[in-house]
Amino acid sequence: MRLSINGGRVFCPASGQDLVADVHVAEGRVAAIGPAPAGFRPDQQISAAGKLVLPGIVDLCARLREPGAEHKATIASECAAAAAAGITTLCCPPDTDPVVDTPAVLELINQRAAAAGKTQVLVLGALTQGLQGEVLAEMQTLKAAGCRGVSDAGRAVGNSEVLRRAMEYAAGCGLTVFIQPDDPQLRNGGAMHEGATSTRLGLPPIPASAETVAVARALLLAEEAGARLHLGRISAAGSVSQIRAARERGVAVSADTGICHLHLTDTDVDGYQSLCHLAPPLRGAADRDALVEAVATGIIDAVCSDHQPHDADAKAAPFSLTEPGASTIDLLLPLLLKLVQEGKLPLARAIAVATTAPARILGLDQGRLERNGPADLIIVDPDAEFVVTAALLKSAGLNNPFLGRRLRGRVLATILQGRLIFQQ
Amino acid sequence: MTAHDTQLDQHGRLKHFLTVEGLSRELLLEILDHAESFAGVGDRAVKKVPLLRGKTIVNLFFEPSTRTRTTFELAAKRLSADVLNLNSSTSSTSKGESLQDMLHTLQAMHCDMFIIRHGNSGAAHFIASRVSPDVRVINAGDGRHAHPTQAVLDMFTIRRHKPDFPGLRVAIVGDVAHSRVARSEIHALRALGVADIRVVGPKTLIPAGIESMGVTVYNELESGIRDADVIVMLRLQKERMRSALLPGAKEYFNSFGLTNARLRAARKDVIVMHPGPINRGVEIDSEVADGTRSVILQQVGHGISVRMAIMALIMGSLAPGRETG
Repeated sequence: MRLSINGGRVFCPASGQDLVADVHVAEGRVAAIGPAPAGFRPDQQISAAGKLVLPGIVDLCARLREPGAEHKATIASECAAAAAAGITTLCCPPDTDPVVDTPAVLELINQRAAAAGKTQVLVLGALTQGLQGEVLAEMQTLKAAGCRGVSDAGRAVGNSEVLRRAMEYAAGCGLTVFIQPDDPQLRNGGAMHEGATSTRLGLPPIPASAETVAVARALLLAEEAGARLHLGRISAAGSVSQIRAARERGVAVSADTGICHLHLTDTDVDGYQSLCHLAPPLRGAADRDALVEAVATGIIDAVCSDHQPHDADAKAAPFSLTEPGASTIDLLLPLLLKLVQEGKLPLARAIAVATTAPARILGLDQGRLERNGPADLIIVDPDAEFVVTAALLKSAGLNNPFLGRRLRGRVLATILQGRLIFQQ
Repeated sequence: MTAHDTQLDQHGRLKHFLTVEGLSRELLLEILDHAESFAGVGDRAVKKVPLLRGKTIVNLFFEPSTRTRTTFELAAKRLSADVLNLNSSTSSTSKGESLQDMLHTLQAMHCDMFIIRHGNSGAAHFIASRVSPDVRVINAGDGRHAHPTQAVLDMFTIRRHKPDFPGLRVAIVGDVAHSRVARSEIHALRALGVADIRVVGPKTLIPAGIESMGVTVYNELESGIRDADVIVMLRLQKERMRSALLPGAKEYFNSFGLTNARLRAARKDVIVMHPGPINRGVEIDSEVADGTRSVILQQVGHGISVRMAIMALIMGSLAPGRETG
């Protein structure tokens, strides 16, 4: 299929490109930006006048709930939501049920994603078998089957020796180790960030050290093992300073944070708002500001949706008994643009953290909009205003903490490998 | 919507009683005044007033309790209501669903009021935000968050002995971190204008950022209770006596247990309170608990009249008091 997208502002942080031009797509690649190649005859033309044409979004962490929790969401439902949100590639962690520690589960996900025919789904393999933190997973096998990295997702490897060896083994396989830093003993059954709000609400607190101690351990072990480390879902200011210091001494570490943590804080939990029950928890305003600054300066490379769709029952209980996580896949782009509108991030940075940077972390060719590059791109109306309502959300999970808020920026079309997978 | 918004109707009147936070001084005093008027009911030959005749009140207790449940039951019966007691021990994660299901079941039986105790903070708020508009909810203790009727009965007890709240120095001693009583008392004391509120305990039992609630923190008993008018001793749960929080009951008693010798640091006319049940020889010595400065048993008696006042007030069965908006 040949496609021309005419008259948009073509904006690509990877190449530094920012110009009003036509984009011509053929055979899954960008054939030209500017005048069409000689003899190019598009099958379809889309006008993008006054709109942004961007590389497709690469989401580093989104849960699709399949297999295992299809009552919350399915691969089909979430891939359709992702496509409508401008996400052309997403990466799901291995904590499905069964977990991704054999190629069979990976193949199941790949088949369902292919059948859905929307966003491209990548999968992280398990770091340890069953995500139990005891025996190394068959990383070579998982890599051969197509896993883009290894991780125990939200589960901490309790035994530091196992983590050290798992990192060494992964390094030998050429696999990046994805860690979501958490020390369950320091978390100690807590439900929200430790501070004045947790004290007033009487909710069991989670100290920042539940994350920062795990960050320190992961950094030191990765450095010793010579492993490539990605720290996901950073929430605390104390983690940011450690990542900066590690990078300065040459540790191969990258990091991301979830989009909610750049907007919300622990005070949003007031009134026992179970939609703001997240893991890691929403932290203080100083943490939030440090995260935004770290995203701006590049200490935090990427921003992901950390999408976790839930059924209504999962959030209908006293706060501590509700399941953590927010459904965010619909709003990743408008929430990034909100940081631009508020003057906290330049546009180039807001786009890079969701395209170029995550693509690099996953070792992908995507995340850029250049001639001969992959034709994964989106058309965005940055000025379209809307109020977040349940009816507007495409995800099966309505547990969205931004319901009722006014946001700006909507995806008009999503093109994956030269194919139109969403059009408004 | 915060917990204290949920409990008020559009005119600023109480429709549920979930937390002391956000209540005005006027409203608290109104409740105390009503409680005074109910205080004599227990001394009559017929210990009943007909204010809630024909109403059905459900005691929904997910945590074991003797005195709170009993005083709620007595209070409801003295108001002539019908009382249903449901005790349900809570376990793992399915609790939330069963709570919601149980709520639907009870609503189908047309009960008028739920009195709920639950181990999770926010449970009463959760129920109050989901009941039909004519059903009332009273929080009889939720997790570490609030125990508002206990706080009001403690204010009632304090006022009987020391009616001038702003001039008081009040020390709350012990396991503040896990105490819903302490949190509710701090809100009540603040609303009544008490300027000097102290929380006293080892650092491991003082929760982060509690200063923002308007209290001063003391990690040492003598200085914490110096010249105090009121001392509230908190119960130390058995499972916390030897843990990562504390080395043991003996060291705790030696450093934070209230004895007659230590009590000399406080004012001569100090009153000593405890929400009960007390651990003799752990947080309080028997000579203090049973001594002349103790008002612990008075607190229990006051619990009935205070709970009568709160039930009658939120059911709209009392003459309108001062505006509370």
